[in-house]
Amino acid sequence: MTMNSTQSYVRTEMLPEKAPPVTNVGIIGWVRQNLFATWLDAILTLMAIYIAYSVLSFLLPWIFGGFWNANSLNECRAKIIEVYGESQNRACWGVIHERFWQLMYGFYPEHLYWRPNLALILLFAGLAPILFGSLPKKLILVSVAVPFIAPWLLWGGSVWVPVTAFLGFVVGYLVHKFVSVAISPLLGLILGVLSAIIWWLFLMGPVGEALQNIIPLGIESVESRKFGGFMLSILLGITGITLSFPLGIILALGRQSNLIIVKSLCVGFIEFIRGVPLITLLFVASVLLQYFLPKGTEFDIILRVMIMVTIFAAAYMAEVIRGGLAALPKGQYEAADALGLDYWQAQRLIIMPQALKISIPGIVSTFIGLFKDTTLVSIIAMADPIQWVKFIQSDSDWNGIIWELYGFVAFVFFIFCFSMSRYSMYLERKLQTGH
Amino acid sequence: MKKSVFLGALTVASLTAGIAAAGTLDDVKARGKLNCGVSTGLVGFASPDANGKWEGYDVAVCRAVAAAVLGDNTAVEFVPLSSKTRFTALASGEVDMLARNTTWTFSRDVDLKLDFVGVNYYDGQGFMVPKALGVTSAKDLDGATVCIQTGTTTELNLADFFRTNGISYEPVPVENNAESQQQYLSGACDTLTTDASGLAATRAAFENPGDHIILPEIISKEPLGPLVRHGDNEWGDVVRWTLNALISAEELGITSANIEELSKGTNNPEINRILGTEGNLGEMLGLDADWAKRAISSEGNFGEIFEANIGEKTPIGLARGLNAQWTEGGLIYSPPFR
Amino acid sequence: MTTLTDPPKESFRLSMLLYDTRYRSTTIQVVALLGFMLGAAWLINNVIVNLAAAGKTFNYGFLKEASGYDINQKLIAYNSQSSHMRAAVVGLMNTLLVAVMGCIAATILGVIIGVLRLSKNWVISRLAAVYVETLRNVPVLLWIVLIMAATSHQLPAPKDFRGDNPAATMKVFDSIAVTNRGVYLPEPLFSKGLGDLPVFPDKESKACQAFYNPDGTPATAKLAKFCGTFQISIDLMAILAVLIAGLITSKLIKTRADQIQKDTGVRPVTWYWRLAVVFLPTLAVLYILGFYLGYPELKGFNFKGGIHMRSSLLALWVALSLYTAAFIAEIVRAGIMAISKGQSEAAAALGLRQNRIMSLIVLPQALRVIVPPLISQYLNLTKNSSLAIAVGYMDITGTLGGITLNQTGRELETVLLLMLIYLIISLTVSSVMNYYNERTKLKER
Repeated sequence: MTMNSTQSYVRTEMLPEKAPPVTNVGIIGWVRQNLFATWLDAILTLMAIYIAYSVLSFLLPWIFGGFWNANSLNECRAKIIEVYGESQNRACWGVIHERFWQLMYGFYPEHLYWRPNLALILLFAGLAPILFGSLPKKLILVSVAVPFIAPWLLWGGSVWVPVTAFLGFVVGYLVHKFVSVAISPLLGLILGVLSAIIWWLFLMGPVGEALQNIIPLGIESVESRKFGGFMLSILLGITGITLSFPLGIILALGRQSNLIIVKSLCVGFIEFIRGVPLITLLFVASVLLQYFLPKGTEFDIILRVMIMVTIFAAAYMAEVIRGGLAALPKGQYEAADALGLDYWQAQRLIIMPQALKISIPGIVSTFIGLFKDTTLVSIIAMADPIQWVKFIQSDSDWNGIIWELYGFVAFVFFIFCFSMSRYSMYLERKLQTGH
Repeated sequence: MKKSVFLGALTVASLTAGIAAAGTLDDVKARGKLNCGVSTGLVGFASPDANGKWEGYDVAVCRAVAAAVLGDNTAVEFVPLSSKTRFTALASGEVDMLARNTTWTFSRDVDLKLDFVGVNYYDGQGFMVPKALGVTSAKDLDGATVCIQTGTTTELNLADFFRTNGISYEPVPVENNAESQQQYLSGACDTLTTDASGLAATRAAFENPGDHIILPEIISKEPLGPLVRHGDNEWGDVVRWTLNALISAEELGITSANIEELSKGTNNPEINRILGTEGNLGEMLGLDADWAKRAISSEGNFGEIFEANIGEKTPIGLARGLNAQWTEGGLIYSPPFR
Repeated sequence: MTTLTDPPKESFRLSMLLYDTRYRSTTIQVVALLGFMLGAAWLINNVIVNLAAAGKTFNYGFLKEASGYDINQKLIAYNSQSSHMRAAVVGLMNTLLVAVMGCIAATILGVIIGVLRLSKNWVISRLAAVYVETLRNVPVLLWIVLIMAATSHQLPAPKDFRGDNPAATMKVFDSIAVTNRGVYLPEPLFSKGLGDLPVFPDKESKACQAFYNPDGTPATAKLAKFCGTFQISIDLMAILAVLIAGLITSKLIKTRADQIQKDTGVRPVTWYWRLAVVFLPTLAVLYILGFYLGYPELKGFNFKGGIHMRSSLLALWVALSLYTAAFIAEIVRAGIMAISKGQSEAAAALGLRQNRIMSLIVLPQALRVIVPPLISQYLNLTKNSSLAIAVGYMDITGTLGGITLNQTGRELETVLLLMLIYLIISLTVSSVMNYYNERTKLKER
């Protein structure tokens, strides 16, 4: 059999690509694949669209048709009836317009609003090296200064208080340095810490006062009872998370430790705090702490709540950091040992930087949780946004208003928490690219 | 003051801004501010307005005390306290006095170690129902759902009332007055019970007050008044006699309008003693001679405070009733300034 | 020959406590323990001094006194003459009730939302994402308050059901009433019921005397409500016993069928047997007890009869479930995504069908990832139920930590007891979790 080599039964050249059917590309294709792939899908899609429509068709006119310029609930309702008729529901945003600054700052004096704002900006500047990494090293100076400047800005008073408080660290460091060189490093550490504490407890006050007498320098002071609204929530959230951070690291290390007593103390503390609701800890702050402190100790309620919130956050933080520690490969610990590093060196140089990096998303979500939980302070009558809602409701002008106030507070919380959770996702993605 | 262990001394030295020493009066003077516990928002009695300024009937008492002691009726730090935290805050020294619709009872006075210095409002617990319900007596409320604020004496009175009358009810506990009002209006409870003054105040805020009636039964006595810590009698005297000065001022016709004129001297020796032109009452209290004059000019006399905050011309619209002066058939009665 | 020489004996010096690693850990521990004990002693000493100064004592005697207040929702008999202790127990049971209901609802909802979020359907997955983000980024306290406001303002009041042309009607064949005071459901009743069995009866008490013969033997099952610490419904026990017996029998039938299949290769058809042994005896018991449904009816001010789910319970339950479901949805999603695709492909290559792949391969592995965070969400829900105080639901925080604290002025005792109770609940749940973790831990080589 001979074959004609020029004749082929198989096509040798490719056909030109055909455009896919119209139903599979473009919008139609997308809709078919993503919305109406099967009958069940189609039904679900239609149901979902219906639900979304019915919610939005009520909410959107209510929100955007609301009135911003009424001075009382009755006035606002009269306006709504006048414009839209009896059967329509519209929001009375006038209450937000009138009480906006109180919901934000509580009783904080109006002409001093710049101070908390500035404190917040400084805080972000201080956090920038931690949050974004690649920034000029000099910003670290801001990070160091913020813990002293921010409280001073918020509470005001003599400028010498933050300065002398900072001096405590200087004193501690100097003593540590001197004793370490002269006698022994461990003794140096102990004495350094001790001398700093002694400075803060006994010397700081008189020295500050003396300096204030010589060079009076200060700004108007604001009592902490004037703090309120979202400012209070943010303040409690931020102090809680920053103060709980070192405490959380210590607790996490303690829990991982081989020292049985230290370990059981840490486990006991963590489990105790995590086992009780925050509200009971706040009860402790508001009604019990007085019993546990020496008689006559007068102690600001905000400070008490801050301590409790810090303790609460520290227990959760410890668990987050413990997760980070556990996630590190054992090889890292062994490598650190092989290099001959001692425990603290290994922690400082090898373990912690990696463990903390892994834990950052967890830390952010702890922060979001804590920030949301600050609303519980309204139950012990502190002037947070929810308590302010109650205050405003007890004003005879706005007596009976509900949805606008709660809706606004919920919206602001949503904005804060949502952007933080997005940020934590961004961090997660950024950190995942390591390998 | 007894110090427990050495650490105790340490903390006291460090943490305290000021130590609650022997006398609250001295503390307040040294601080330059009066810490006054008020409720967390009750229409007419205490609520912050749009500028953050506290206003109300109880607030006025605090302001009068601040004016008497410190000479400035704005030198008050208002501390909103929930019904749970109020006594602890007072006992621990967080506030110097409490003016927060608190009922004077035996156990609070004796067991909780508090001192009530007087009564600024004689109240009693009542019931409000919608007219449409057709109820005319609290004894007809068998099986009703009752809205009640928790953490108050009203809760105990309510249980006792229904128990002694052998009828049943369903309590719906709510946290604050605004909340109970919402619940009642929406029909989530058939009747609302609280102090009659509170009922009237609540009803006044309704769109159609005429659709609701307050039942005739008053099931308890609720003398409301300011209170201080037990054991500091000097301070208790200051608050007590400031309140009495407001009451006597009304009785004697001293008002914020004529006080300047009267303080030049009158032929009524009691007015003169109150206003400090005669005798040394202020000195006995540890204050100066003008103390009562300042207290009265702060927000007016007892009657003026009443009319301005909860009286018939306000949205609350309470009649004086039991809270009229004794000379007009009421119970408001001040011991003589002598 | 080698001679072993002892290392030179070092004499013990004090500085070795700090520098010698053999002793240093002990030193640190002793210091830590001393510091802890000193701190504790200081706190306790302060409490003693402060209590003495305030003229108060620390004792729990008040728990035996009459509480004086009423509680609307009580799972055990209680009135205002009962003790504070009993009020606390009523509150505890309410806490547990809402916690259990919340955990169940949150799990169901959370799993559904989590699966929907992975759906290929764009609208559905977006909607699920919106749900999760909205719910978990707003404080739970706000949700509770908002849902409470919604129930009490948007639902009809009982009076709307009245009249010839009522504004609202009962749902599902006139058996369920949805009002702003809560939902009234039909309740199971027994016309020939066996009554209740008192637990820890106090034979001296008046309430119990009707129950006992003079010789001390139980006389009748019908008894007054206040006999005993609480009562167990004999009817319920009987039904449960029969039901459990039925389930066990059903299991035995299955085992036998498995055995037959193993021996002969043919599996006998048993499903109707298995259904029958579970349901027939139970139905028979229900018939013997005279089971019927009690429907709610509008009488006087309120609906009477039926199970009353109060709006406070409803609001708290719905809010906690919706809020926790958002977190559970994320956990479920992460759990399913954590199982590599290779696993289900391998199973498919082995010839398993889709539902078998899910039940035999994916789920068991996903559960290992899902369950530990799920249980900590259960714990969070239980702890968050303490916010009941915001809607007036009488849980343990509302009774013991609320009204009792307020009326007796015993802050120290009540708050400590409250914390202890929550701690016990948490530790119990977390020990269950640890047991599960141990059991399902990936066996690593």
